[in-house]
Amino acid sequence: MAVALETINLVKRFSGIVASNNVSLQIAKGARHALIGPNGAGKTTLINLLTGVQRPTGGRILLDGEDITGLSTHERVRLGIVRTFQINQLFNDLTPLETIGLAVSERRGQGLDWWRIVGSRPDLVAEVVEILERFHLADVIDKRTAVLPYGKQRLLEIALAIACRPRLLLLDEPAAGVPEDERHEILAAVAALPADVTVLLIEHDMDIVFSFADRISVLVNGALFVEGSPEEVARDPRVKAVYLGEEVADA
Amino acid sequence: MLPPPIAIRVATEWLAARARWQPLEVAFWIVAFAAIWLFPDRHLILTEITWLGLFALSLDLILGYAGIISLGHAAFFGLGAYAAALLAKYEIINEPVLALLVAGLAAMALGFVTSFLVLRGSDLTRLMVTLGVALLLRELANRLGWLTGGADGLQGVSIKPVLGMFRFDMFGHTGYAYSLTVLFILFLIARRLVNSPFGLSLMSVKGNPLRASAIGISVDARLIAIYTVAAGFAGIAGALLAQTTSFASLEVFSFDRSADLLLVLIIGGAGYLYGGLIGAIIFKFMQDYLSALTPQYWPFWIGLVLVVIVLVGRDRITSWTAPFRRIASHLNWRALARHVAASSSERR
Repeated sequence: MAVALETINLVKRFSGIVASNNVSLQIAKGARHALIGPNGAGKTTLINLLTGVQRPTGGRILLDGEDITGLSTHERVRLGIVRTFQINQLFNDLTPLETIGLAVSERRGQGLDWWRIVGSRPDLVAEVVEILERFHLADVIDKRTAVLPYGKQRLLEIALAIACRPRLLLLDEPAAGVPEDERHEILAAVAALPADVTVLLIEHDMDIVFSFADRISVLVNGALFVEGSPEEVARDPRVKAVYLGEEVADA
Repeated sequence: MLPPPIAIRVATEWLAARARWQPLEVAFWIVAFAAIWLFPDRHLILTEITWLGLFALSLDLILGYAGIISLGHAAFFGLGAYAAALLAKYEIINEPVLALLVAGLAAMALGFVTSFLVLRGSDLTRLMVTLGVALLLRELANRLGWLTGGADGLQGVSIKPVLGMFRFDMFGHTGYAYSLTVLFILFLIARRLVNSPFGLSLMSVKGNPLRASAIGISVDARLIAIYTVAAGFAGIAGALLAQTTSFASLEVFSFDRSADLLLVLIIGGAGYLYGGLIGAIIFKFMQDYLSALTPQYWPFWIGLVLVVIVLVGRDRITSWTAPFRRIASHLNWRALARHVAASSSERR
């Protein structure tokens, strides 16, 4: 099994509180890996450590075997670690066209061009339009993001990550807050992600987790609790105990 | 899987329209240049408007496009002014255009060094840090009396003809044409810059730095870059003041100057490049008119204007002019062509 991302004894402490406790996680190349766990289990902290928003107190992070623990967020993005946000983090005053165009030109290393007018590269515009169409945003390309319906914003959130052409995509509750009848559009977009992209999905909704993931890790109190295939995790009595709020048996 | 060509054409056209020159813009510059011949008796105040407009354009680049607020932008303006005045006084560089460039580069160097102070922190931190830098420079210029003339200012500066051909005169004729040309060239550069991918990335950094870094943008590097460029613009504005008045004094670094500048930009509105220029026109003519009327009440009137703007603009004070801009944007080339066609058919 080729490993896309690996963490070795990752620890994060916040003034006495251990948010990540010796997490050693392996994510296989091309995997559809889900990370679940009750509230406060340390899922968000782990994402922040993986993307470089926070620095670990101890341990290492390897991408394709290379140590990236010391790299900043934008450097990791260039290496292919891209995330989406549980709460939309978009550019409210920009249009979807500008937003995706921004990500594509950054990925191509053309973000520092200051003498060229935006949109004067036909191949770039074509790629941007292709992404917008793939995520059902073609009809709103010229609307300010702030005025888009929530479902469209959610799609833009994922499209923006895809425009960075990730090798490892971290999806933080992609369907969070989306009404039931608009969910299928988001879930279809997630399911249609290119097979060679490794995906780590953080999700509360067990229906989504079990329909999407081929491997599941359960995080409890900052530590890896159980890991296995969906069947194994579903059968595991300890996981049931955690989710039913019972006393955690010593793992 | 390629999208249909029509969709690409729509997108390309929309993006091209972002950067297209609008009729009002063309009119603005035609009037500005026509003033060289139309209002020869107003060239002194027009020159002041020109360098103040350039100075405000510089602030707009960092505040309107990158979201960096400053109460010490006079630091760069002042450095540029002293640099130009010293270069001329000691006859190091006699040609004004060349001296202008050197003054701009000196201000850029200072901008680059001090940009690291504004990378982090809230608006309040940035206000204090920029204010501090300007105060420091002012005191430095005061202490280095042997070089700067201290509190008396730098006397005995004589500026040679521009390009060796156009002599500065006491009516400001050369001064205005010269300053306006410099402003126009720098405006073209700024306009190009904000409509580029780099300019777009600045807006993303201003709008949501968290997400900007999450799509691979080095937020710090972009802020350093625009702060440095803006410092250069401010330095050139200061150099224009020194060259057109043959004088530089400690006042170029003053807090009042930085504060007035913020006011100028707020009057005109930030984030569309013309705000600083329009603000400078309104500010200077209002100052001229009101202080002629009642010299002692000028601060009262400017205070009143500020309060009114705050009431109109509320929490979006820097873009209180947005509704007017929306109306103005209806006057595009197509509307103009329609209007011309309609009126010519009427005449027939």
